[in-house]
Amino acid sequence: MKQEMSDPVMAFDGNELWTIHYRVFRYKRSSGKPHYDKFNVEIAPHETVLDGLEKIWAFQDRSLTFRHACHHASCGSCGIRVNGVEKLPCIVPIREVTRDGGTVLCEPLRNFPLVSDLVVDLGQFYRRLEEAHFQIIRSSEPIERDEHESSNVHTRFENCIECGLCVSACPVSGTDGLYFGPAALAASWRMIQEPRGVDPLSVRSNADQEHGCWRCHVAFECSEVCPSNVDPAAAIMALRQDLLKRKLLRLFQRGDHDRA
Amino acid sequence: MTEHEERRVRKTLAWLDMAGRKAGTWAFLLNRLTGLGLLLYLLLHLGVLSLLAMGEMQWDAFIALARSPLFLVLDVVLIFGILYHGLNGIRVALVGMGIGVRWQKGIFWTLMGLGVLLLAITGWLVFTM
Repeated sequence: MKQEMSDPVMAFDGNELWTIHYRVFRYKRSSGKPHYDKFNVEIAPHETVLDGLEKIWAFQDRSLTFRHACHHASCGSCGIRVNGVEKLPCIVPIREVTRDGGTVLCEPLRNFPLVSDLVVDLGQFYRRLEEAHFQIIRSSEPIERDEHESSNVHTRFENCIECGLCVSACPVSGTDGLYFGPAALAASWRMIQEPRGVDPLSVRSNADQEHGCWRCHVAFECSEVCPSNVDPAAAIMALRQDLLKRKLLRLFQRGDHDRA
Repeated sequence: MTEHEERRVRKTLAWLDMAGRKAGTWAFLLNRLTGLGLLLYLLLHLGVLSLLAMGEMQWDAFIALARSPLFLVLDVVLIFGILYHGLNGIRVALVGMGIGVRWQKGIFWTLMGLGVLLLAITGWLVFTM
C-alpha cells in the first residue's frame, strides 16, 4: 500500500475529478471567421487531453471535429497543438499540461491547410512521403540488408507514424509552402540507408533541391516535438552530408579528368 | 492587397510565430533579424562614407555625432548583431554539413557564451576608449 502511494500515478485518487477549461480553436468553412470556444470539462487528472475533447463532443458540442483512432500514439492521426506545443493528445495526461481549474488550449497543427476545427489537410504531406518512396515492409517479409550497416539506425525511422507534428513545428515549413518538410526528408534518408528496391539515386536527386534538404535552417524543432524519437533534423543533416560528400567527390573527379 | 501579397505577408509573419517553440526557432529568428540588420547597416555605412566626398566639415560633424552616448549604444547593438550572426553561423555551417549534429545544442550555447564574453569586452572598450 505504501509502495502504491509513492508511485506518482497512484498518488492520484482514482475518483478525483478536476474542472478544466478547454479553449478550443473553431473554424467551419461555412461560418466565417475562426474563433475560440470555451468548454468546462470534469475530468480525472490521469485522463488524456483527447479524453477531454471526446467528452466535449459527446456531452456538449457534436459539431466539434478532431481526428483520433488508436488512442496509444500508433496511428498519428490525432496530432494538434496543446498549449501551443505540437503533441499527440491521446498520450498527454491532463495533469501534464495544467492543474485543477486550469485551462487547456487546443489548436490545429500549423503549416497545413485547415479543414474544420482541429482537423487539417495532410494530403500534400502524405504525397511528399510518397515522393521520397517511403515504404514500410512487414517484418515477416525478407529484407536484403547490408551486414555492415547498423540495424539500430534502420529501425529508428520505422518509428515515423506520419503524424505531421514535425511539419507544424518547423519554422521553415511556415515560410515556404514548397519545402518538403522534416518527415519526407527523414524518410528520404531512411530509403537511402536501406533502399529496399528503390533507386537511391532518384531519392537523392529528389531531396537535392532548393525546397529539399538545403532549405532547412537548422532550428531542430522537428526533433523536439517528434513523439516517436525519429530525430528528423539529424536525418536531414546526414542527408546533406551525404550529398555534400558526393558533390565534392564529383568535383575532384572532374578535376582529375580535366588534367588527364 | 492581392491574395498573393496577403499570403506572402502571412508567411513572413510566420517567422514571428513563437508559440510553443524552443531555442532553435529563437536562434533561427534572431539569425534572420540580425542578418537584415547587418544588411541595413552596410547600406547606412556606405551612405555615411559618401559624406567624405562632401568635404571636411560634413565629416567632422558626423564624427562628433558618432561619439555621442546614443551612437555608442548603437555601436554595441551592431557588435551584438555581428557576434550573434557570425557565431550562430558557425553552428549552422558545421551542423548543416553534418558535423557535430548530436552536440548542436552544446555548440550553440558554448558559442553564445563566447559571444556574451566578447560583447562585454567590446562594449567596455567602446565606452572607455
